[in-house]
Amino acid sequence: MPGAVKTWLARHAQIMVGSLGRIVQHPLATLMTVAVIAVALALPLFLNVLLQNARTATANWNQAFDLSVYLDEKAGNERTKALAKQLRARADVAAVRVITAEQALKDFRDASGFGKALDALTENPLPNTLIVTPTLAASTAEGTIALKTSIATLADVDTVQLDTEWVQRLNAMLEVLRRVVWLTGGLLGLGVMLVVGNTIRLDILNRRTEIEVMKLVGATDRFARRPFLYGAVWYGLGGGLGSVILVAVAVAVLAGPVEHLAGLYGSPVRLRGLGVLTAMGVLGVSIALSWLGSWIAATRHIRAIDPS
Amino acid sequence: MIRFEQVHKRYPNGREALAGVSFKIDSGELAFLTGHSGAGKSSILKLIALIERPTRGQVFVNGQNTASIKPRGIPQFRRQIGVVFQDHKLLHDRPVADNVALPLIIAGYPKREIDKRVRAALDQVGLLSKEKSRPLELSTGEQQRVGIARAVVAKPPLLIADEPTGNLDPDLAVEIMQLFKRFNNVGVTVVIATHDVHLIDRFPARRIVLDDGRVAAETRSPVHQAGAASSAAS
Repeated sequence: MPGAVKTWLARHAQIMVGSLGRIVQHPLATLMTVAVIAVALALPLFLNVLLQNARTATANWNQAFDLSVYLDEKAGNERTKALAKQLRARADVAAVRVITAEQALKDFRDASGFGKALDALTENPLPNTLIVTPTLAASTAEGTIALKTSIATLADVDTVQLDTEWVQRLNAMLEVLRRVVWLTGGLLGLGVMLVVGNTIRLDILNRRTEIEVMKLVGATDRFARRPFLYGAVWYGLGGGLGSVILVAVAVAVLAGPVEHLAGLYGSPVRLRGLGVLTAMGVLGVSIALSWLGSWIAATRHIRAIDPS
Repeated sequence: MIRFEQVHKRYPNGREALAGVSFKIDSGELAFLTGHSGAGKSSILKLIALIERPTRGQVFVNGQNTASIKPRGIPQFRRQIGVVFQDHKLLHDRPVADNVALPLIIAGYPKREIDKRVRAALDQVGLLSKEKSRPLELSTGEQQRVGIARAVVAKPPLLIADEPTGNLDPDLAVEIMQLFKRFNNVGVTVVIATHDVHLIDRFPARRIVLDDGRVAAETRSPVHQAGAASSAAS
């Protein structure tokens, strides 16, 4: 049995190398097919890279959003501390900072330069405030809103402020973009299958005589199909590598400007390219798509070739 | 080995190629199918190799009713038949040895066995020195011999040939026929379709004469008897 397995493996290795040799014999046509696959895959892949970066960036911003809880004037410092303690005990709260009215006034006096004018006030107009930081897990759009609603119902709480609207809009836009990535990915993936399928179809028509002869001397359709499937694997591998390289180049070109832009916003965001794992995944998907496209075309067209 | 029972074959274009053909070819026999072109010789070979199916009647090959063979069983079925074509049907993009090796590769023989058998088959047709040549570098007669080597390399019990000498000058044609005779002498059933009556006059063997899709005449095979006797004696 090991002998049979060895023969089988040797035969497949031979077909694999043989199909590569045949592809290399037509470098221009091969390059075109591979380039089409590379470009088709690079587009959704690049969009996805941008999306991932945008998500990473906004995830950072989301975390920065604390809730400002303004308390009733009637709530004294004791009750403020008690409320802070109560909030700290919540599972979705990471930290609570107490800013008393006096502290707030002092800060404002120091920071604003209105010192003299503030002295004219007979009483402190500022309320006691709690700065509530949600836990990482609760830092989603839904989580922070739930937290806000919950805190707003507590006694002594006057208003809870959270400027989430634009974060929500951004998240909604990212969701749209995510769908766009999937749609273009799906369509262009289908395109890859069709391109490879068509290339293989032409290849089969060119080698019609050979397939006829093979069938006449007892070849099964599977046997006749095998070299074309291996050919498609090479196309997929080449196209996948091409797309990874294209995206890497695009990321390298954009990295500088993005860093500059982020710097203007005081953010340390850096553009991240494809990870090794993602790149491997892309190769796998590319090979699978082109194999599938070839399988469909080859199965159909080889069956149709009947020696006569 | 081969039995036709009231076989009719009508092609989709309406032409009736065979109209009730019945005959029997024994195992180990050499038989010529003769007749004018269009008499039905090629149709009979196509029915034997399951390239075509009969419209009516039954075809038995090697004890098997071909009607019972489903499309997916055809490749396996064809591996027991060596086929030689008038136009050789060689693959021009690969050397002679690879052409001859094709049936063995398809049948999944190990590489060492393939090399051995390919060299043996090429030796039998006298082309061992040309194993690395491309088919188009060879003469027509040599190409035909490559085609024969490919047909016999897997040692099929049945060898069929469609006008194998059609493109050859008389001397080469005789050589090719002698080659077929040699394979027949070692027990292979050989069926050759040819219109070259002068050529086969030199090879006394079973003849099935076709005319307009019918068997017009049939002669027994004296050589077959003698061959059987001599192989029994040896």
